[in-house]
Amino acid sequence: MGEVFAFIGFDPELFARYAPALLSGLWTTLSLVAISTPLGFALGIPIALARYQGGATTNALAVGFTGFFRGTPLLAQLFLLYYGAAEFNGALKSVGLWWLFRDAFTCAALVFTLNTAAYQAEILRGAMAAVPAGQTEAGMALGLGRAMINRLIVWPQAMRLALRPLGNELILMIKASSIASVITVVDLMGATKRAFSGSLSFELYLWAALIYLALVEIVRRVWNALERRWRIA
Amino acid sequence: MSPLGPLAWGASGWGDEIAAGLWLTVRLALATLPVGLAIGFGVALMKQSRLRVVSGLGELYTTVFRGLPELLTIFLVYFGAPRLVGDISGFAAGLIALALVFGAFSSEVLLGAMRGVPDGQREAAEALGFSTGAAFRHVMLPQVWRLALPGLTNNWLVMLKDTSLVSVVALTELMRASDVAARATREPFLFYLVACLLYLALSIVSSFIAAWLERRAGRGIPTAGRA
Repeated sequence: MGEVFAFIGFDPELFARYAPALLSGLWTTLSLVAISTPLGFALGIPIALARYQGGATTNALAVGFTGFFRGTPLLAQLFLLYYGAAEFNGALKSVGLWWLFRDAFTCAALVFTLNTAAYQAEILRGAMAAVPAGQTEAGMALGLGRAMINRLIVWPQAMRLALRPLGNELILMIKASSIASVITVVDLMGATKRAFSGSLSFELYLWAALIYLALVEIVRRVWNALERRWRIA
Repeated sequence: MSPLGPLAWGASGWGDEIAAGLWLTVRLALATLPVGLAIGFGVALMKQSRLRVVSGLGELYTTVFRGLPELLTIFLVYFGAPRLVGDISGFAAGLIALALVFGAFSSEVLLGAMRGVPDGQREAAEALGFSTGAAFRHVMLPQVWRLALPGLTNNWLVMLKDTSLVSVVALTELMRASDVAARATREPFLFYLVACLLYLALSIVSSFIAAWLERRAGRGIPTAGRA
């Protein structure tokens, strides 16, 4: 058995030593994604609405927000809010928000939320804009108000169109969450880096790669199933 | 000292260091582009192969390098290279890793574009006496290019931002130069904000160039925008 392991480059002793650390890192990765992606979706809705039918000011604000978070690297955003916020710790303490920036995990969750909100807002805006105008007009002819038209007519159709790109965004978030390791969060990537510096065993990176690929594959399959279910008959 | 004093040029400020980092970022991205495009093109052709083994390998390549976090790909290349070919520089590791990722994403774009050009175009070229190679170069390629441009622009913008990740393997590009300045001056907010704005500027400039290229590639094609 030992020879087989050696042949495929798998070291059971190494596995026994570092698997728990990697698993706990995986849990942190999943928590980061599970917190940021839904919060980003919730934040993305008003931003998408501001882009879809907001006034000049709200539209400009939404364009600025999405432009900044989509046009700059996530790593730069993370540094700006994590290390940059320390300069304003007095002000942040006085408004009771310092806890959000002080801890690497919560700060990463905050930055990921803002970042994915920008991407999800663009997806939702595009999906809403892709619903044919005749649908809205039919709603108006029925005497529905704008909020009702959005909620009952545009939104359900837009969500179907947005499903696929939202799944892609979830996959991108899983991958991007590894960047949190740069500001000392011990996610799967961070745990792998630590284990590597302790053992100098390159295969640890290959395990991490397999775990990330498995995560992405699971999301892809779940999303394909969701799409089959929600397909317009 | 004025609030922008730390950004001064020369020995008193960090302006020239940041500019050097920016220039290295631009060079890394520009050097990655042709390599990544070549990989993307090769993988797209593999996926079109009638041999199941070849097309399967193309699919496997795309699944792996689209699915791995870019940061992990950079580490895999940086720490994996010494076992295969010997130590490599941060620039080389970054270039190879980013090109592998760019190749995976752009192969999908190029495959879609190749399928988007009707087969009749190739047949017409061959009927006119073009050789297979000449038909590909003069008839197919310009049309594939036009269809692929918007997708490739997206790939480029993503890769441009991903260059910041190469800072973790000790390459002093824009992100790391800003990081060094931020720590030395204890002005993290200023320097990271400047880094963000410079990346934003690179994205905006890229978008203008892409729009110009798209207009050029679409010469003579009627669109909804212009009758």
